[in-house]
Amino acid sequence: MTGVLAAASGLFTQSFVTALIAGGVLASVPLMFTALGEAISERSGVLNIGLEGMMLVGAYTGFLGAYEAHSMWVGFLTGAVGGVAAAVLMVVLSVRMGLDQIVIGIAITLAGEGITSVLQQAQFGGAYPRLPAYPQVAIPGLESIPVLGKSLFDQPLVVYFGVVLVGAVAFMFGRTRFGLELRAAGEKPEALDAAGVSVLNTRSYATLATGALAGLGGAYLSVIATGTFTPFMTQGQGYMAIVIAMLARGRPAWVAVASFVFGISLSISTALQLTGINISTDVINMLPFAAIMLALVVFARSAYLPPALAVPYVRGAR
Amino acid sequence: MTVTESDAPAVELVGISKSFPGVLANDDVHFSVRRGEVHCLLGENGAGKSTLISILSGMQRPDSGSILVDGAPVRIRSPRDALSIGIGTVYQHSTLIPALTVLENLMLGESRRLLLDKGRARRRMGEIASMLGVEVDPDSRTGDLALGRQQQVEIASALWKGSRVLVLDEPTSMLTPQGVEELEKVLVHLKEQGTAIIFITHKLHEALAVSDRITVLRRGRTVGTISEEEIRSSDDSQIRARIVTLMFGDEAADLSDAAELQTSIEEVEALGARHVPPAAADDAEPVLELRSVTAPGDGLEPGVVDVSLTVRAGQVLGVAGIDGNGQRALAEVIAGQRRARSGTIELFGASVNRLGVSARQKLGLRYVTDDRLGEGIVRNLSVSLNLLLKRIGEPPFWRGGRIDGRRVGSTATALVGEYDIRTPTIATRAGTLSGGNIQKLLLARELSLDPKLVVFNKPTYGLDLRTTENVREIVRRLASAGAGAVLISTDLDELLELAGEIAVLSMGRIVGTVENGPDAAERIGALMIGDTGAPGAVA
Repeated sequence: MTGVLAAASGLFTQSFVTALIAGGVLASVPLMFTALGEAISERSGVLNIGLEGMMLVGAYTGFLGAYEAHSMWVGFLTGAVGGVAAAVLMVVLSVRMGLDQIVIGIAITLAGEGITSVLQQAQFGGAYPRLPAYPQVAIPGLESIPVLGKSLFDQPLVVYFGVVLVGAVAFMFGRTRFGLELRAAGEKPEALDAAGVSVLNTRSYATLATGALAGLGGAYLSVIATGTFTPFMTQGQGYMAIVIAMLARGRPAWVAVASFVFGISLSISTALQLTGINISTDVINMLPFAAIMLALVVFARSAYLPPALAVPYVRGAR
Repeated sequence: MTVTESDAPAVELVGISKSFPGVLANDDVHFSVRRGEVHCLLGENGAGKSTLISILSGMQRPDSGSILVDGAPVRIRSPRDALSIGIGTVYQHSTLIPALTVLENLMLGESRRLLLDKGRARRRMGEIASMLGVEVDPDSRTGDLALGRQQQVEIASALWKGSRVLVLDEPTSMLTPQGVEELEKVLVHLKEQGTAIIFITHKLHEALAVSDRITVLRRGRTVGTISEEEIRSSDDSQIRARIVTLMFGDEAADLSDAAELQTSIEEVEALGARHVPPAAADDAEPVLELRSVTAPGDGLEPGVVDVSLTVRAGQVLGVAGIDGNGQRALAEVIAGQRRARSGTIELFGASVNRLGVSARQKLGLRYVTDDRLGEGIVRNLSVSLNLLLKRIGEPPFWRGGRIDGRRVGSTATALVGEYDIRTPTIATRAGTLSGGNIQKLLLARELSLDPKLVVFNKPTYGLDLRTTENVREIVRRLASAGAGAVLISTDLDELLELAGEIAVLSMGRIVGTVENGPDAAERIGALMIGDTGAPGAVA
């Protein structure tokens, strides 16, 4: 009994907590970007199952951009552009032509996986060149808070950008015309149409924004988190982002919170190694997915989906 | 006096034609409405009213013809064009978004600016509210408002950009009698301020109550307009006769129908004076008995709470109430599609709480759903298979797991004939039939096998006058043959015509039961809006 207690108290050393939170933040950023994107498209009525593929394309194009231009920022830009390019497929086939969103989403994921693997292989022939580590930016003052300071306020610049983005998306939903139209497109598209606003355009823009954010999330994985691109490197994070957006009911602040929780479950292995506790990596790698399933079981009833989600809009159809 | 701008009609439709594959929906239609006038558009379903309205509101474009606004030709290419000209439409089905606030609904599509201007929207809403003579809280969630309130928000939304013309498509179908009265007041307010109003309805007494002019549409053509002078100078029955002739024509084949219809309309109008459906004899055997039944609802829609009802053989029990007050839960808990949480349900004196849908069906219970396209039919299956949907796998239609196509075909053909289902062949996909024919298909399926108790949920909703009359006749015949019926309807006229006793459902509770009689309508209306002190209310 006392042995267990000692082990438990050993868990909560300062270095463990700092590492856990810092790792959680790092791991949550790509989830947060991608899930914010999914929140935008879901609230507009487009269920984007192709998120995984968009992330992978973004990871690949982001890595290429950063690698060729020797700039992290170029990498983010090309990552977002790659995600948008994949989203264009979704816009044309699902939003415009009204094909099934699930089918097209799966196609985008499969294509994203295949194309990026082939291109990587063709380009680097089995080698995995690395990018340099990019500097972290500490916020003076806040950084020196014990435990939290090092873990929260000493991060790559793009992490702070992500936090700002959460606020920006919330503002967009609540205060802007586009945000209102977007919510209307997901709740009752025929009402938006009757109000004289194009449902298809609204959903198209939302889907493109999703592509950009998923691409950014992917680029973060390759450019910041690992410094390289490996095929299938997203490891289901696109699907996690879909679950996060649903559990958060499309609300940005909750997307951030849920992303952080899942980020912690992703980063817990690193932190556990610091404490010297040895648990099989297979068990630890399982954690995020177990967490997702647990969250779904507990919160699934409260997940809110817009009534017109995944229903293609055709004027006058009954 | 020269013709000034104000003498020209606010809107004039000249020679509008519109065809869809196989149908000429509008054929050289002429229609106009002046400022400060209510012009009523009457016609059966399929007469072309909806097409005309969707052309005016920019949802459809005409094949030929022109639209004049204040005498000048305009092109309406989209709903946005219509709104900016000042033509606002309140559709039959709500276009409000329940999850958004009133103000958000009104701001939808208002401007092309980046940010929402809530202050300006609030002011505009204040202006319109005073123009309508109503008050609505701009920050409440739209879905939480009563239906009458929601309709006022819809009208405000239609007038948001201008109040030249207001089009109301069957605006009373969801309202209580009190709500209808309130609507009429709003219309008077608007008329005084010079708004031109196009009022679409299939209820003649409403048309006569609110309109200055009445135009009748039949088979896509305007067949006649009754002028203001005519309405004023002749008495109601003359106008009614004229309208019925206009609506149904005077061809020999239609004559009997028209006469029948007119009679039934008069019956409804003169209700209380004579024909009242008989209340059940107290000694008749109860076929259905609900005792304190409580069942959950779905989502925002309430379930049923502590409901007790008795239906006797040969009786039609009406259930009145505004839509969304637990009608579906009540129907489904009787049919067995929804479990009762507490209370007992008895069919023919034996509890059926534990029995499922098909076991209750075997006892003679039938349910005619209001969700015709959803759970009523399988759209992609043929008419014949839909007719036998509930007997799949049973002999004599299926033998040893194989379908007996000839047997299915002959039974289906007989039912199609008996219930007058208009379908090209029995192999046609059921989803391609019109709403009225789908309802006839459902009735044929549910009523063909010796029903003893039938639950009808909004059986005539959205049907044209003729089919409505057919359906009501079926209900009447059923009761006189000795079966019991529960008739759930949001159409008060229908309940007064068919039911001897009417229970009022409000937020899932039976708030009172009213014997059909001279002042039944008022008493039911009072119960609907929660005025439980109304005379004659039996809790």
